[in-house]
Amino acid sequence: MFATIKYYLKTFLLIELLKGMSVTGKYFFRKKVTVQYPEEKTPISPRFRGLHALRRYPNGEERCIGCKLCEAVCPALAITIESEERDDGTRRTTKYDIDLFKCIYCGFCEEACPVDAIVETNVFEYHFENRGENIMTKEKLLEFGDKYEPQLAADRAADAPYR
Amino acid sequence: MSDTLTNLWLLLPEGIQYTSYTLLKVFIILLPLFIVVAYYTLAERKVIGYMQNRIGPNRVGPKGLFQPFADMLKLMFKEIIIPTKSNRYLFIIAPILTFAPSMAAWAVMPFTDTLVFADINAGLLYILAMTSLGVYGVIIAGWASNSKYALLGAMRSAAQIVAYEIAMGFSLVGVLMAAGSLNLGDIVNSQAGGIYHWFIIPLFPLFMVYLISGVAETNRAPFDVAEGESEIVAGFHVEYSGMTFAVFFLAEYANMILIAMLASLLFFGGWLSPWPSLMGDNIVWLFLKTGFFMLLFLWFRATFPRYRYDQIMRLGWKVLIPVTIVWLVVEGFFVYFKVGPWFN
Repeated sequence: MFATIKYYLKTFLLIELLKGMSVTGKYFFRKKVTVQYPEEKTPISPRFRGLHALRRYPNGEERCIGCKLCEAVCPALAITIESEERDDGTRRTTKYDIDLFKCIYCGFCEEACPVDAIVETNVFEYHFENRGENIMTKEKLLEFGDKYEPQLAADRAADAPYR
Repeated sequence: MSDTLTNLWLLLPEGIQYTSYTLLKVFIILLPLFIVVAYYTLAERKVIGYMQNRIGPNRVGPKGLFQPFADMLKLMFKEIIIPTKSNRYLFIIAPILTFAPSMAAWAVMPFTDTLVFADINAGLLYILAMTSLGVYGVIIAGWASNSKYALLGAMRSAAQIVAYEIAMGFSLVGVLMAAGSLNLGDIVNSQAGGIYHWFIIPLFPLFMVYLISGVAETNRAPFDVAEGESEIVAGFHVEYSGMTFAVFFLAEYANMILIAMLASLLFFGGWLSPWPSLMGDNIVWLFLKTGFFMLLFLWFRATFPRYRYDQIMRLGWKVLIPVTIVWLVVEGFFVYFKVGPWFN
């Protein structure tokens, strides 16, 4: 009996609706969490997996030794590698293509690489304007690696204790 | 210069003078209304954004203030798509049928004691008639679209409006009993004498019923089953695009403003000041009160989830209508015993 009266009072006085409105009312004055994207950006983890790059040793020699472990581990079959013997007797790649349309940015290539040659940068803002631009060739990858080397080195260093 | 203009004006036949004068008055009421509707849509997005911890549109113009114009331009240049198997005449007429009554209802709205376009004695009745006419547009739109979602939306809207029109009508009967007039200006003037004389105090239950059924009447959340974008895409206006869609939108927002302004006129003393000894009666009071109820519409939408269809019917028929009838009886006793400052 008492419970019924209480129930009717509760529903007729719209108490729960008022509670709900007070919640949204409070949120109205809260600090907003929106990040105004082109002007503001969220912080990026050193482990972020964006566009790929091929790194070099400090003496300018390219790291990649053409072991094709990345090609083997790639779940999307996005990497195509051809290699041959260079004049000094070392094995080097002649072709290193990554199809960015196939790539799923899982980072397995980076994990598989024994010499830290193929890495993923934190670049995520890119677009293609013509057909074929989705293929990252060896030249483009090396150029990218040169351009972002300081950032790449810093990111690897930051993550080193956890590897 | 002005003399020649006056002379030219007087040369015109009386009929043309009268017509152009009336048209000017119509324009003076409708133009601000359109601007308020435009900025109401922006306010809606901003307020709901703020309540969801976002900041809402802020890209077009300073602080996003030109957003309504961008939206309007986009809608104007969009193609009006008429579905192949639809009834094209009814399809085009439907938005006009919702739009026209929602504009026509503004004819009798008093803004101050003297500033009223048509001071007719059956003002409230006229507004009730006009707001209920709008549902024909919705039903015709749903039928003419020849789409199952549109038809479902139209049927829901029809059932809902029939149910809530009764509750709303009854709650307004309470106001009529208290004011003893159907003229909106007289209703406001009978609440004169400060905040304790407003009808909200003796008629609080009726006000709540009016507010709830007002939200339902305008098909706004949480009673927006006619639109119900998560269940029936967009309800009665799925097939509409461009200006035809914009006209539906315009009618909906104009109706919301109308309901908000009616609430402040009927229950909160319209342009009357809450403390007449401190501050005079002013049109600003009306706008403040209306603005509050307009905000309430947005607040509801940001807070409440949509009612289920059968729950809406239950609330309308089995809760709101009995509540109003009971309170009308109570109010009858108030009137008989001349209670308080309201009934004498």
